[in-house]
Amino acid sequence: MKKLVIALAASAALLGGFANGAQAQEKKKVCFIYVGSKTDGGWTQAHDRGRQELDKALGDKIETPFLESVPEGPDAERAIERMARSGCAMVYTTSFGFMDATAKVAAKFPDVKFEHATGFKAGPNLATYNSRFYEGRYIQGQIAAKMSKKGLAGYIASFPIPEVVMGINAFELGAKSVNPNFKLKVVWANTWFDPGKEADAAKALIDQGVDILTQHTDTTAPMQVAAERGIFAFGQASDMIAAGPKTQLTAIVDTWGAYYIKRTKALLDGSWKSEQIWDGLKDGILTMAPYTNMPDDVKAMAEETEAKIKSGELHPFTGPINKQDGSAWLKAGERSDDGTLLGMNFYVEGVDDKLPK
Amino acid sequence: MRIELEKRAGLSPMFSILSPLLALVLTLIFGAIMFWLMGKSPVGALHSFFIEPLLDVWSLHELAIKAAPLILIGAGLSICYRSNNWNIGAEGQFTIGAITGSIIPVMYPDWHSPLILPLMLTFGLLGGAAYAAIPALLKTRFNTNEILTSLMLVYIAQLYLDWLMRGPWRDPQGYNFPQTKAFQIEAVLPELLGSGRAHWGIVFALVAAVALWFMMRFLLKGFEVAVLGQSERAGRFAGFSARRMVWFSMLLSGGLAGLAGISEVSGSIGHLQPAISPGYGFTAIIVAFLGRLNPLGVIASGFVLALTYLGGEAAQLSIGISEKISRVFQGLLLFFVLSCDTLIHYRIRLMLSAAGTREAKG
Repeated sequence: MKKLVIALAASAALLGGFANGAQAQEKKKVCFIYVGSKTDGGWTQAHDRGRQELDKALGDKIETPFLESVPEGPDAERAIERMARSGCAMVYTTSFGFMDATAKVAAKFPDVKFEHATGFKAGPNLATYNSRFYEGRYIQGQIAAKMSKKGLAGYIASFPIPEVVMGINAFELGAKSVNPNFKLKVVWANTWFDPGKEADAAKALIDQGVDILTQHTDTTAPMQVAAERGIFAFGQASDMIAAGPKTQLTAIVDTWGAYYIKRTKALLDGSWKSEQIWDGLKDGILTMAPYTNMPDDVKAMAEETEAKIKSGELHPFTGPINKQDGSAWLKAGERSDDGTLLGMNFYVEGVDDKLPK
Repeated sequence: MRIELEKRAGLSPMFSILSPLLALVLTLIFGAIMFWLMGKSPVGALHSFFIEPLLDVWSLHELAIKAAPLILIGAGLSICYRSNNWNIGAEGQFTIGAITGSIIPVMYPDWHSPLILPLMLTFGLLGGAAYAAIPALLKTRFNTNEILTSLMLVYIAQLYLDWLMRGPWRDPQGYNFPQTKAFQIEAVLPELLGSGRAHWGIVFALVAAVALWFMMRFLLKGFEVAVLGQSERAGRFAGFSARRMVWFSMLLSGGLAGLAGISEVSGSIGHLQPAISPGYGFTAIIVAFLGRLNPLGVIASGFVLALTYLGGEAAQLSIGISEKISRVFQGLLLFFVLSCDTLIHYRIRLMLSAAGTREAKG
């Protein structure tokens, strides 16, 4: 009993003795909210790399608190509101599924700046930013067509939203530019972040005979399965070479750092405006991991395509392109406009899957 | 050598009451040590974990939102477990309640009437109860184990919801994202006060818990639950039917879980989507036991568990401890609560050999 009293007294002292962190800080808070773990090896880790670069560049003026593994839904709204209330001057919400929550909180806190990744809802204090991932996927498709013996690749997809459908189509178009008969199988994992489900999807695809894997989910699990089964794969969001040193051909690496630094500087000097930004390879928001595990001629082709996309000479969505059912979409030489891409809800010819309707 | 738990002869009434407090103190101490080892200020960490979420009005609202489903489900489960029926599938009943409750706003988005909400809540309640009726039927009719059947039905419910969201119920204007249209305003559970997001769900939870407490304390039905839970044979002599108790307890706990489901969807989310619960139905099992299967205790334990969720988030933001550490901290709390309870009821004996040479320890 005596011990109990001492313990009670000690903890009361602990709690009572707390004086609210009195160090007067002038640093602005620039906050981040992540859907996954910051060490997921993929999407969230790429954002966290960007945050760290931002911290390094502007660390004397700002601090960068973050919340990780925030589920999309009611918890996200609370988490974002907590950030706004805790004095964040700016909040980056880094998942598509945070869109409604971000918009709701942004309306409540007009003085806080919000930036939402990959969404389409904007407001006076809510900007959106996105990356033209499809440019990298087109290059991957070309490499896949060269490297696949069967002319059949597997695609682990997350949700059938336009962003993901666009990536599938870009991959298939790249592959068909090399091998017109190339086929693509798709498995919907229905998650952004679930190593178990992603690995199951990878196994299912390999069992169906694909000999190249690519993914639009966030963990390295598919890469590891590909490595175990001895086929090639592409990394997503982060360089996943550590998970498959003999497996990864290349990866689309999200390099958000420069963007975060640019926008945060704008916040600090007062020039921040709500914008809808969609940058690509040429802007450095997206880079290709080293082309590895492939012959020199394939590597040369990939590098050439990358250079053409950067210079604007090549746009992955340039006609003639047919839709999956064979009907014409783009005439020869015609380029798709961004609006169609951002609302994309159909497959191009050659994708061996039925788009969930 | 082996370790045995031996029931203590007399219960110390003081320690029975102090047990949860003792556990909380132990958690605070061990949590402080853990934070200190990580190089964080233990005081600051504990403050953001347990105090910070209680300081702001908006945060209290969030606490109520988080606690409401835990209490509502936990109160129902506490009765179910007291009657010696083991409904582990509240998560599934929660999901089905959310689906049946959403039928009206999803199928008739253009209907505007004050009748919508009462109908939705009734549908949610009935849906959850109907889903819990499956394990009840299987148990009374085929003598199957309701722990297994109710648990397995959880996955069926979740996959069914998933299918609905990707197929028939998906919002055609939602860019293929798997969720329904936003509910019409008459289908949204209104906020309780103007000062935050808390909605009527917390009122349902408190009313249900108090009503169930009243039943257990003052009504014959409560006595029936307790008697049948402790001894089916004794219950039979008193003229109680164990079969009917299976039905009563499963329908009650399932119905409340269903009500929690539709309240959560209507009140906090505003539309139906594949992920509607971070495991409320399972966490509520812990809540029921922390509350010692007493509906009033469930209210307290529901708030404590909700607090650790919010506290973990606050600590992550204000002092930068990882989200994983906050999970460890929740685990610490649960561990101490359960072990304090156990050690108050039992003493540990170290058995040196099987042949009765025992050495008392502790």
